Amino acid sequence: MTTQSPAAQGGAALAPVTGRRSPRRRAQISRGIQYTVLLALVVVLALATDWARVGTTFLDPAVARDLVPTLGGALVNTLRYTVAAFAVGLSLGTLLALMKLSSVRPYRWIATVYIEFFRGIPALLVVVAFGYAVPVALGVNIGSLTAKAALALGMVAAAYIAETLRAGIEAVPRGQVEAARSLGMSHTRTLVTVVIPQAFRIVLPPMTNELILLTKDTSLIYLLGLTPAQFDLTKVGRDALSTAQGGLTALFVVGAVYLIITIPLGLLARRLEGRTARRTRS
Amino acid sequence: MTAPVTSSAPLTDAAAPAIRIEGLHKSFGPREVLRGIDLEVHAGEVVCVVGPSGSGKSTLLRCVNLLEQPTAGTVRVLGTEVTHPDVDIDAVRAHVGMVFQSFNLFAHRSVLENCTIAQRTVLRRPRAEAERVARENLARVGLADRVDALPAQLSGGQQQRVAIARALSMDPALMLFDEPTSALDPELVGDVLGVMRDLAEGGMTMLVVTHEMAFAREVADRVVFMDDGLVVEQGPPEQVIGAPTHERTRTFLRRVLDPTHQRPVAGR
Ligand SMILES: Nc1ncnc2c1ncn2[C@@H]1O[C@H](COP(=O)(O)OP(=O)(O)O)[C@@H](O)[C@H]1O
Ligand SMILES: [Mg+2]
Repeated sequence: MTTQSPAAQGGAALAPVTGRRSPRRRAQISRGIQYTVLLALVVVLALATDWARVGTTFLDPAVARDLVPTLGGALVNTLRYTVAAFAVGLSLGTLLALMKLSSVRPYRWIATVYIEFFRGIPALLVVVAFGYAVPVALGVNIGSLTAKAALALGMVAAAYIAETLRAGIEAVPRGQVEAARSLGMSHTRTLVTVVIPQAFRIVLPPMTNELILLTKDTSLIYLLGLTPAQFDLTKVGRDALSTAQGGLTALFVVGAVYLIITIPLGLLARRLEGRTARRTRS
Repeated sequence: MTAPVTSSAPLTDAAAPAIRIEGLHKSFGPREVLRGIDLEVHAGEVVCVVGPSGSGKSTLLRCVNLLEQPTAGTVRVLGTEVTHPDVDIDAVRAHVGMVFQSFNLFAHRSVLENCTIAQRTVLRRPRAEAERVARENLARVGLADRVDALPAQLSGGQQQRVAIARALSMDPALMLFDEPTSALDPELVGDVLGVMRDLAEGGMTMLVVTHEMAFAREVADRVVFMDDGLVVEQGPPEQVIGAPTHERTRTFLRRVLDPTHQRPVAGR
């Protein structure tokens, strides 16, 4: 590594003799080729596309306009399912993370089994289970749809959130705990005052990503059977798809509404990441 | 090992030394890091522990406030046997300040909060009093104007001085220092050593692990040389540093004091 710059200079100095190009020149040429390929692809695609057809298939204004009145309610429903599921996921996930860090071995086992199970199966299976299997098998009938959705999606999210939280708690440097204990703080006091606040900052960005995933996963709850008033964004899009002409416009519009939620969350996660990085630098 | 009759008295048996360590052993798995240490530190005394890297100096210090659990032996701190199974170690730690090589300031709290959290949660001091004490100690280490800064905004030397102020804010009867200047840029070492010198002159009882021989020579009442988990020799600095009797001490000092060898030790 330390010899890299002399070698590069040597290479440049030798270039006229050996006929080899300098690394910098080669990087320039490589970049030039990549830009050319990209430009060629864009031109070919633009020429080959039937733009009129794209317009009617994806962006039929009439269909989009018809859809708008139902979108508001669907957006609220999607947000409600997301927030409720996140609340369940965060509570259960915190419990699981603490179990996973417990010194009592059976707690760790239970948490591990739970986490591996729910991370390993498709969320769709869990939602179906809550729609049909759980009421039949356990004889429990969860009345509220929001509660059902929150439990189904929240139980899955809890597995991921638990792992995120555990990693966050373990990422707090040992020295922080030792400093707190050396001042006479108890184990619990140290956890509450020093470890959890710092772990919280560490997990904020990945937690925001969890929220994005969860927002999209609410598209599965149509499997629970919805009344029109309970429709989420995806369900609205799918229904519009089967009734209207205008091709895929409904999906396109609904997708755009999802992006209105998820892109700001993604930007937020990125900003939080930057802040965490600056804060923990020392 | 047999407990004296007075052992049930909680704190500060005035006649007892601040620290009394007897037959201390500590193993990490199969590796015995401390192999039978006897050491006393008396009230008002400044004791510097020196020795090669890996000789067990940090482990010894951490056994005093039980950040490490000794494998065998007894440790009494301020008259309390901390190795006794029933000890309330948090109560003892509240009176024993510790300063770490890597500062370990609470990264999410301001300088002032770093110095008040433990006062408020452990000593249950009201906010106003805790802040007054914190400001006093921050002024003492020359950082009165940085109370609102976050640790990451301070230089290493400033962070270490905050760490000292944080420990002092608990009104400790005893201070432990584990190589407090080893992680600092050379030009910042002086400020921290200056604060420690003031503390020593003010009569603080101090147990200091350090590679700063000039500091040890000037400030210590006693220097303890450790090697391979044992105390090899101890005595006044002019004796241990000036005229060491053991070959291992001489070898170590040659390496630390010879400028051409200084880097690997001081650079740690
Ligand atoms: N937590 C630990 N687990 C295992 N080994 C340890 C641990 N802490 C220290 N040691 C080992 O104990 C020895 C003494 O360490 P330490 O007390 O830090 O020495 P010093 O402070 O004199 O450099 C070293 O060999 C170190 O690797
Ligand atoms: Mg050490």
